[in-house]
This record gives sequence, structure tokens and C-alpha cells, in this order.
Amino acid sequence: MRINSELNPRAACFGDARKSCARRINKLVVGLLILGTLAGCAPIQPWVKPYEREHFADPIMSFARDPVSSSYIDHVYEAREGSRGATGGVGGGCGCN
Amino acid sequence: MQLTARTGERAVVAARFGKYVKVLAALCLVGTPASADVLPDDRADVLYHNYDGGGITIQGPSVLVRKKVGDSLSFTGSYYEDLISSASIDVKLSASPYHETRKQEGGSVDYLHGKTIYTAGYIHSREPDYEANTSYFAISQTMFGDLTTVSFGYRRGWDNVYRDIKVNGIIQNDPTFHQRADHRAYTLSVSQILTRNAILNLNFEAITDEGYLQSPYREILYVNPTSSNSYLTAPQVYPNTRTSTASSAEFKYYLPYRAAITGQYRFYNDTWGIVGNTVELDYTHPLSRPLWGGNLTFDGSVRFYKQNNANFYGDLFPRLDYQNFEARDRELAAFHSLSLGFGAEYEFPKVRWLNKSSITFHFNRLMIDYSDFHNELYTKFNGTPFSQDPLYRLDANIFQLFISAWY
Amino acid sequence: MKNRIAGLVAALVIALPAVAADPSGPAPQFTLGAKGGSTINLAQYKGQVVMLNFWASWCGPCRQEMPLLEDIYKKYNKLGFTLVGVNVEPDSKAADDWLKATPVSFPVVYDKDSKVSRMYDVSGMPSTVIIDRKGNLRYLHHGYKPGDEGEYINSIRALIRE
Repeated sequence: MRINSELNPRAACFGDARKSCARRINKLVVGLLILGTLAGCAPIQPWVKPYEREHFADPIMSFARDPVSSSYIDHVYEAREGSRGATGGVGGGCGCN
Repeated sequence: MQLTARTGERAVVAARFGKYVKVLAALCLVGTPASADVLPDDRADVLYHNYDGGGITIQGPSVLVRKKVGDSLSFTGSYYEDLISSASIDVKLSASPYHETRKQEGGSVDYLHGKTIYTAGYIHSREPDYEANTSYFAISQTMFGDLTTVSFGYRRGWDNVYRDIKVNGIIQNDPTFHQRADHRAYTLSVSQILTRNAILNLNFEAITDEGYLQSPYREILYVNPTSSNSYLTAPQVYPNTRTSTASSAEFKYYLPYRAAITGQYRFYNDTWGIVGNTVELDYTHPLSRPLWGGNLTFDGSVRFYKQNNANFYGDLFPRLDYQNFEARDRELAAFHSLSLGFGAEYEFPKVRWLNKSSITFHFNRLMIDYSDFHNELYTKFNGTPFSQDPLYRLDANIFQLFISAWY
Repeated sequence: MKNRIAGLVAALVIALPAVAADPSGPAPQFTLGAKGGSTINLAQYKGQVVMLNFWASWCGPCRQEMPLLEDIYKKYNKLGFTLVGVNVEPDSKAADDWLKATPVSFPVVYDKDSKVSRMYDVSGMPSTVIIDRKGNLRYLHHGYKPGDEGEYINSIRALIRE
């Protein structure tokens, strides 16, 4: 029985019925990301003012509070799992300056 | 039938496989900055890490130093080591304890111009039988009243794969073996402040690998044609390309009594047929009252992960050459895992020459339950049929202790 | 895929934030509670050049700027200039703690419900507004980078001479 895993670009959510599932989810996220990007051009006023961002200046609200530690634990998981990527750690902050 | 002269290798496979992804994880150190209108804070961290599970121990230091130069530039340097020691049952039998060190250095620069940060970096990793080089670039832009940050990244890796063999009882490099692997990755992230208390990140990453993507030591098992109760081994055969996409969302919320709760979900799939789902919940709780003049903060986390197996994975193949590609690496098996984490950070009372300093302790208990990977040590030693071997379960203790200083 | 990404990057680089236009018109009037218990009304400074600095204790560049503002205040106060620090925090405890450690001699008012911040359309932290002797808005600056205080001094000198 031959299995050629290279032919199917976004194979297996789990089997034939869900082949397009993965494609749909990825498209959705990319779409959301593009929308998020374009939202920057829309004529909506920023609803959180710079003087209202005190919580984001708090280190507990940072995604990159301990970069050496998060990097290490991500490495522990990625070395033992098939998944990789999109581990995050971007954004936030008080936006001062 | 052992096709390699190397003994005790199975115990360290978990450390050897996915060498490229270890470099990937190192990028969390310097990847994309928090807010693209401010350079990251100057800081230095020294961490000691220790992983103990499945018969192996991996420990070592991890160091990060970051410093701004002028108003627009920030430099980061990093150093990381894995000292791998194997004490597994195969090693005990063959009476050759195994030690290996992997060393990794990295450097990057961030350049701030207006509301954009440009980042460029390089990472080099070396162990006796693997060398990985990675270069990366990223652009991060803040917009929309500074509520939104969009980042793009590109990463290129090129690896050299070698192999160790045992000659007259001594482990040495096999000069006839040299393979290459190339990697390319594209990342896109959008970080959006939703309310005064909530922020949402969306991340997307596509990775393509090409070349020699397997471990040169790993073997598959197939049913012995002459005696169906036992098995024989043969080298693995992997495809020489792999393309994957991962999409994730992270949500952080500030609780009114000063605490933070984080929820993350990631969906992963690739051309090897692996689909992985990750869910994680974190809670950070700083104590409101100072302790000995400093501040104590607690962290708790729960992470659940589930994946199915790669479509060329097999725990025991019915015969040799059953299919084009065959693998038995645990990382490509079907399993689910649970990781429970607990941490405590103590921020020292303010010292004049430092903005902030702290010491942090972190512990994780990782439990992996394999659905289609058997612990065939039983068959080897007790002569029980393979089907009666228990499914493998890995329990690991992960410990971190680090000191951080901001200046 | 590559082309799409390149297109998005190009679009982003072009969509840079708009440059703030020079402010004009009368400065919005307000009355706020000040540190020390008194109240301060912007109208009481008519005839002087007034600098309003919107700051918060949680904002790094704001804290960095304060000692320099203190120097500017001390130097030009006798020449018909005054500086009012507008603290934008709903809870002033953190600001008061910080001022105890790093005291300033210019008046500090508390804009606890962000009324004045909204009136002045504060769109960056810190924000500095300079009002001339007639009570009109003349200068606006967002953020703080070392060296910005030079620009403040130039504007103050020009407006004092008017």
C-alpha cells in the first residue's frame, strides 16, 4: 500500500471528510488577520485612549514577561510534539511614546 | 537486528529529533517586540533549566542580555546550552552512559523608526552530530491609535546533519554521512487592544522544510516474517519535504483586583498528516502586600495538547517496505498530553543602580499518553508478545530557576 | 502567498500615521483638584504662557521627562511662564507615591475621570500642550524622547516674547 503524503497540501483534519476543514480554518485566521490590518485604515476612533492604558503597562499583562523562560518551555514542547509555530508572545504594552 | 552500531540512542531521541524546532523556540527570546513604538526594555536574565523524564536528564544555562544604544537601537545577545545525560534502561544494559552537549548562540538588533520596529537576527546551534543556522527578519508596526500592532517575519534556516557511530567501543563521527536540511518560515501577527483590560493576539505561521528531516539513528519495527510474535528493525524513511501551518489566538484579561488571566488556542496541521490542537490557560496573581520589602507574584498554568499521528507513522509495520515512508518517532505518534505549571517570582526591594531585579522559580509536570506507541522494552526483556506491551506514557519534571535584572 | 505578503507589507508601510496639525483656537477651560488640596482653574493663568503636561506614573517616558520639566519651570517661571502637570490616573495613589520620591515644585492636578484629557484630545503619553498669553493653543507634542525639552524651550521663549 503506497501512501504519498507529499501530494496533499493541507491534508487530514482527520481523513477525507475533513480535508477542507484545515483549509477553512487557516483561511479564516488569515482573513481575520487581514481585517485586523485593514481596520487601521477605517474611520473609527480608537476606543481605548492612551491615558487609559495603565493596565497594559503592568508587567503581569505582558505577553513577553519572561522571554528566556517562555522560550525554554516552548522548546521543551516543540521537541516532543509534531506541532510547531504560532506560539505568540507579541503585543500590548502601555504604548508610551 | 540493530542496524546502527550506536547503543543507548533511543533514550536520547527525544532530545535529538526536531533540532530545528528547538531553534524556532529560541526565537521567542527575540522574535517580535511587544509594542512597535517602544523598543524592548534593557534586561539581563540568567536561567538554569532541568528536564527529567523518560530516562533522560537535560539541563543547562540560558542567558539573555539586552541593551539599548541611543534612542533607536536595541541589541540582544543570547546563549543556551543543553547537557543531555541518558540513564535509560538500554543504556544501563549496554553499560555506556551517554552525555552530549548542544550549544546555541544568538544575536539580534531592533531598530525603531517612528512607529515601526525592524528586527534582524541570527542563531547558531551546534551539537556533535547537528549544526543549525538561522537568520530572521521582522517588521512590526503600531497603528490605529496605538491599539493595533501588526508584525511580519521571515526566517531562513539551513542545517548540517551528521551521524555518530561506535567504532571499537568509542563513539565518533561518521565521516561518510553528511546531509542537509533547509527551512523557511513566514509569520504574521496582529495584536489588538480590545478594552482597558483586554488584549487579543492572532498569530499565523507557515513553515516549509526540505532535505534530510529525520534522525539518522531511529528505526521502525516490523513483524518478523519468520516469527510473528517478534519484530525486526529497519531504518526510518521520511519524506524530504514538509509544509505546515499554525494559527493561534491568545487572549489576556486584567482582573480588577490586580491579576491576569490568559487563554490560548492553537491549531496546527501539515503535509505529513499531523493535526495538533493546543489549549492553555494561565493565571498570574501578584500579592498585594509586599514581602520582606519586595513583591511576590504567583503563576499557574494548565496546557492540554492532542495530536494524531503522521500518515507514515507506524508503531509496528506488518512487513518491511509496507509503504514508501515509514517512521516510528514518538513525536509523530498519536498522543495527548497535559502540562501543569506553577511559578513564583520574587521582586527584590529596589536597588539604586537597577530599575528592577527578581528571582523566579518555575516547575512543570508534563504527562504524555501515547495512543499508538508501545513500550517495546517489555517484548525485548520478558519475551511477551508485542500486543501485550503497555502503551508508553512519559512523565517529566521540568524545573527552572532564573534571576533577572532590568537596568 | 509570497506576493500577498509583500503586498500587505507595502500597504502597511504606506499607511503611516498622519502628522498632527498645528493646534489653534482657544484652549478649553477647566477646573481640577490639585495636589495639596486646592483647586486650579486654567483661567487664573491668563496673561502667562502655560504648558500643560499630561502624564501618568505608569508611563516610563513621562517619569523620565519630569525632572527636565522641573528645570524648565524653575528657569522660566519668573518670566511669565507656568507649568501644570495633569495626572491622568483614576486613582492618584501611585502618582502621589512617585511624587513623594521625585518631588516637583510646579502644580499638579488630577484629571481622575479623564474629562480634561478628552477635551484636549490627548492621543499619546505623555502629551504636552503650550498655551499663549491670550489663552490660545499654540504648540502640541506627543511622547517624549531625550532632546524634546529643547523644542519646548524654543516654543516657550518665542511665546514669552509675544
